[in-house]
Amino acid sequence: MRYSVASLIANAFSGNRNWTPAWREPEPKSRYDVVIVGGGGHGLATAYYLAREHGIRNVAIVEKGWLGSGNIGRNTTLIRSNYLLPGNEPFYEWSLKLWEGLEQEFNFNAMVSQRGVLNLYHSDAQRDAFTRRGNAMRMHGVDAELLDREGVRRMLPFFDYDNARFPIMGALLQRRGGTVRHDAVAWGYGRGADEMGVDIIQHCEVTGIRVENGRATGVETSRGFIGCDRLALAAAGNSSVVAAMAGLRLPIESHVLQAFVSEGLKPFIDTVVTFGAGHFYISQSDKGGLVFGGDLDGYNSYAQRGNLATVEHVFEAGLAMIPGLSRVKALRSWGGVMDMSMDGSPIIDKTPIPNLYLNCGWCYGGFKATPASGWCFAHLIARDEPHPVAREMRLDRFARGYLIDENGRGAQANLH
Amino acid sequence: MASLIPCPHCGMRPKEEFTIRGAVPDSRPAWGAPIDDPQWFSAVYLRTNPRGRLREHWYHGAGCGRWLIVERDNLSHAVHDVADARARALAGDRT
Repeated sequence: MRYSVASLIANAFSGNRNWTPAWREPEPKSRYDVVIVGGGGHGLATAYYLAREHGIRNVAIVEKGWLGSGNIGRNTTLIRSNYLLPGNEPFYEWSLKLWEGLEQEFNFNAMVSQRGVLNLYHSDAQRDAFTRRGNAMRMHGVDAELLDREGVRRMLPFFDYDNARFPIMGALLQRRGGTVRHDAVAWGYGRGADEMGVDIIQHCEVTGIRVENGRATGVETSRGFIGCDRLALAAAGNSSVVAAMAGLRLPIESHVLQAFVSEGLKPFIDTVVTFGAGHFYISQSDKGGLVFGGDLDGYNSYAQRGNLATVEHVFEAGLAMIPGLSRVKALRSWGGVMDMSMDGSPIIDKTPIPNLYLNCGWCYGGFKATPASGWCFAHLIARDEPHPVAREMRLDRFARGYLIDENGRGAQANLH
Repeated sequence: MASLIPCPHCGMRPKEEFTIRGAVPDSRPAWGAPIDDPQWFSAVYLRTNPRGRLREHWYHGAGCGRWLIVERDNLSHAVHDVADARARALAGDRT
C-alpha cells in the first residue's frame, strides 16, 4: 500500500480497519542470492538498495531480535557531514544527500529535520581546528559556516557564554545537519525492501557461518540452515562475535555508550549543539524531550547499560554549557553497544573469504551513515568492488598504515 | 560494570579508583621482534572482543599503584578473578 493523503483519508473514513502490515513475516527459504546478517538500519538499507539499485531481490535479512531492535532504535538521531578527512567526508556527505531525498523515495515519513548542527569552540586553538574542518568540508562542496560568539548568541541566547574556564567563543555550523526519527528509518527501509521481495526474517539468531572450500555457503540459525551465494555481515555491536563464526578477528572492541532523554518541555533548543569543552551534545525531539548524550563509559561491554559515574559526568557537562538545565528532570537513560574500531572510522569491505562481505566499526556515528552505508555496502555486494566514496574504508587499512583517524588518537578504541 | 573490585593488595575498592587499559593481548611479539613482524599488527590492532568473559589490564591508581589482571564478564558484569599482573608474569604467564 502506497501511503499518501488519499490513503490516509480513505482509511480514516473506513475506521482505520483496512491498514495492512508494513512488511510480511515470511518463513525462511532454504537458499537466497544474498543473506544479510543483522536487521538494523544498515542491514535494512543494504537490502533496500540491493533490490532497488542493483535488481538483486532474492535477499534475506536475518535478525536475532525484531526489526530495528538494536542501535537504529537506541541512538540520538543526529545527521551531519562535518568530517575532516578525505576518506570520510565524501561518504558522509553522500549520506546527507540521501537523507535529503529519503522520505519521498521510500514513501515513509522519517521526519527528516535539517535544523542545523553547531559545534561550540572555547579557545583560539579549537577555533583554528574548526576553521580547518570547515574549510575541509567546503573543499568537498559541503556547507560550513564559522560563527563568532555573537552569531551563536543570536541562535542560542541562554548558554553560559562567560563561563570562567570554558567561555563560548563561537561555533562551526552546518545548517544542513539535523535530526531524523530513528525508528521510522528502520521501518521505511524495511517496508521498502519487503515490497521489492526481500524476506525480513525476525527472531532468527545466526549461530554459525558455514564455510566450505574457502567460501561462505550459508548461515546456521535458530530456525535452521539458510544457504546463500553471498553473505553480508551488518551486525554492528556484535560484529566481532558474528565474524568469529567465520574465523575472522576484527580491529573492533565493543563499548557501551549511554544516551538520555528529559521530561517534555516547551520548545527550547531548535538546533543540535555539541559542547566543545566536554563530551556533551543535545537536541530537542518533536515531543519536547531533550535528547542528549556524552562519552563512552570507557570499558568493553556488551551489556546495553552503563554506569552512574558517566551519567553524572554527562549531566555536569550539560550544566556547564546550559545552566538553565539544572532543574530539568531526566526521564530515561539507556545504553547501546558500539563497534569501536581502532581508528574511529567504519569498515565496508570484502574479507579474506571471497563471498563474505563486512560492514562494521561504526563507533558512535552509525545512525547518520545509514543511507550511505546501505548504498555502498549494496554496491560492494552486487559488483564485488567498493563504491568510490567508501573505498578507503578498508579492512586491511590498519595493516597497511592507511588509517582514517579523525581524532588522531591511535589504536585506543575507547578514545575515538 | 561491578561497583566493587577485590584488589589483591587493597581489598574491596570502588571501581572509580581504577583505570582500565583494555584487554590483555592474546599474543604479543617476542622481545626484540623486528618492526615488520605481523604479530605487531595483531597485538596492536586486532581484538578477540569476546562476548562474556574477558581478561583486562587494570591500573589501581588511587590504591596500591599496581597493574592488575581482572577477569570479568562484559555481559553480566560479574568479576571472576583479580590478580597482580607482575606476579602472574613472574609465575610464567606472559599473556
